[in-house]
Amino acid sequence: MAKRILIVGGGLSGTIVANGLVRQLGNELRSGSVNITMIGTSDQHMYQPGLLYLPFGRIREHELFRSQRKVLDRRVPYHIDPATNIDTENSTVTTASGKTFGYDYLVIATGSRIMPQSIPGMEEGGHWFYDLDGARKLRGALDDFKGGKVIVNVNAPHKCPVAPLEVTFMLREYFEAKGILDKCEITYTYPIGRLHALEPVAHWALPEFEKYGIKYETFFNTKEVDPKGKKISSEEGVTLDYDLLITIPPHNGAEVIEQSNLGKGGWVPTQKETLLQEGSTNVFVVGDTTNIPISKAGSTAHFEADTIIDNLTSLVKEGRWARNYDGKVFCFVETGLSTGTYVWFNYTTPPNPGPPSQMIHWFKLAYNRLYWLSARGLL
Amino acid sequence: MSERQTIDARGAFCPGPLMELIAAIKLAEIGDEIEILSADKGSAEDIPAWIAKVGHEMVGVTEMDGHWSIVVKKAK
Ligand SMILES: Cc1cc2nc3c(=O)[nH]c(=O)nc-3n(C[C@H](O)[C@H](O)[C@H](O)COP(=O)(O)OP(=O)(O)OC[C@H]3O[C@@H](n4cnc5c(N)ncnc54)[C@H](O)[C@@H]3O)c2cc1C
Repeated sequence: MAKRILIVGGGLSGTIVANGLVRQLGNELRSGSVNITMIGTSDQHMYQPGLLYLPFGRIREHELFRSQRKVLDRRVPYHIDPATNIDTENSTVTTASGKTFGYDYLVIATGSRIMPQSIPGMEEGGHWFYDLDGARKLRGALDDFKGGKVIVNVNAPHKCPVAPLEVTFMLREYFEAKGILDKCEITYTYPIGRLHALEPVAHWALPEFEKYGIKYETFFNTKEVDPKGKKISSEEGVTLDYDLLITIPPHNGAEVIEQSNLGKGGWVPTQKETLLQEGSTNVFVVGDTTNIPISKAGSTAHFEADTIIDNLTSLVKEGRWARNYDGKVFCFVETGLSTGTYVWFNYTTPPNPGPPSQMIHWFKLAYNRLYWLSARGLL
Repeated sequence: MSERQTIDARGAFCPGPLMELIAAIKLAEIGDEIEILSADKGSAEDIPAWIAKVGHEMVGVTEMDGHWSIVVKKAK
């Protein structure tokens, strides 16, 4: 009997795992002793980090998309048929069209999604750029914006920990270029007692905020938004007025995870070294959907995916475990429209970013193009 | 039935123990307890300060061997 590997989710991590496995298991695929199948939601693969540039007119919509069929190795059958139930007891996945897929190994790669609806008034009163529709609306709102109070409101949990700081610096430069900076007041709110979760990034950001006159309110966890009165208030008892509210809404994992009772909020309890679902020996979890206390970011997804590729390959070929995940995360941070820095850390090494430079900004822009190579498993 | 969950945030540099707690409280029911394990002293001070500010209940902070156990109860 062929060993069946089933991947649910065709975003970044699922696609890297699929393409990487094909490379490692070419002979087994050819002989029919292994097959790899992917279930996804769309024929298009979206480059999410590009959404940050869309509201500022710095990327065209078509640049965000590639055909998933082209990004994914042709040896992997791809079903555009969302999973509706994942039954790990019986090792089956059921889909919207009513099909049932069995598996020997399952890879859950269903990502995370924004939940503006979870905070009263946020959907009506807020703008965001974390999905395509939101980024389009924000682009329109910025086009029309003539000045006033702008709030960048960050909520927990969210993916890509640096995007909120990046958008703040980019907004300032955008207003400056538009000649309305003197009419704008930017306030950044953050859930914990500093400007960023990563301590060195927070230390770096503070003097930058002061230099540019960007205001901030820390310990701010959004309780509600009043879209009529244009006010946002926090659990901590602070209320701020706004003319334009740009929010990073709190996130949940995919609906199917909760529906299948695999984890509260759509986060799957996952062993942080093996990336196996807690208590399981054949269900791997990768990317944003794990409950591991680690950044939800593309680089996390990438390093986790590499570990899973090695382990699944070893398990299939030799029946043994290859290696554990060390918690590695690497992030580029845009510090404006033309400079950037980066930071990396793992479970045992604390983060330590270098000074911002134009060079690193160019690296990030290059990375924006390289994404497709890494999804295809070529990087 | 109230539940108790443990979040092992030792070695979690980003988003870190307090952010993990904030996310977990959102998903918890009133009366549930959450234990956070943290290797950094900052959280052992930040978390009780934040809990007091938003009106949840501190159950206890215990210094263990090289880390802290911080237990809170969702109160509202
Ligand atoms: C604005 C923005 C900027 C970002 N910037 C950066 C950055 O600079 N650097 C960085 O490292 N990361 C960045 N990220 C984060 C990065 O995009 C994610 O962390 C990464 O995509 C996570 O990969 P994933 O595979 O876990 O999830 P995703 O890539 O989101 O893929 C999940 C997939 O699962 C599918 N799915 C969901 N439910 C089902 C179902 N029921 N059945 C089948 N399929 C399903 C979805 O359709 C999706 O295709 C950014 C994200 C955003 C939104």
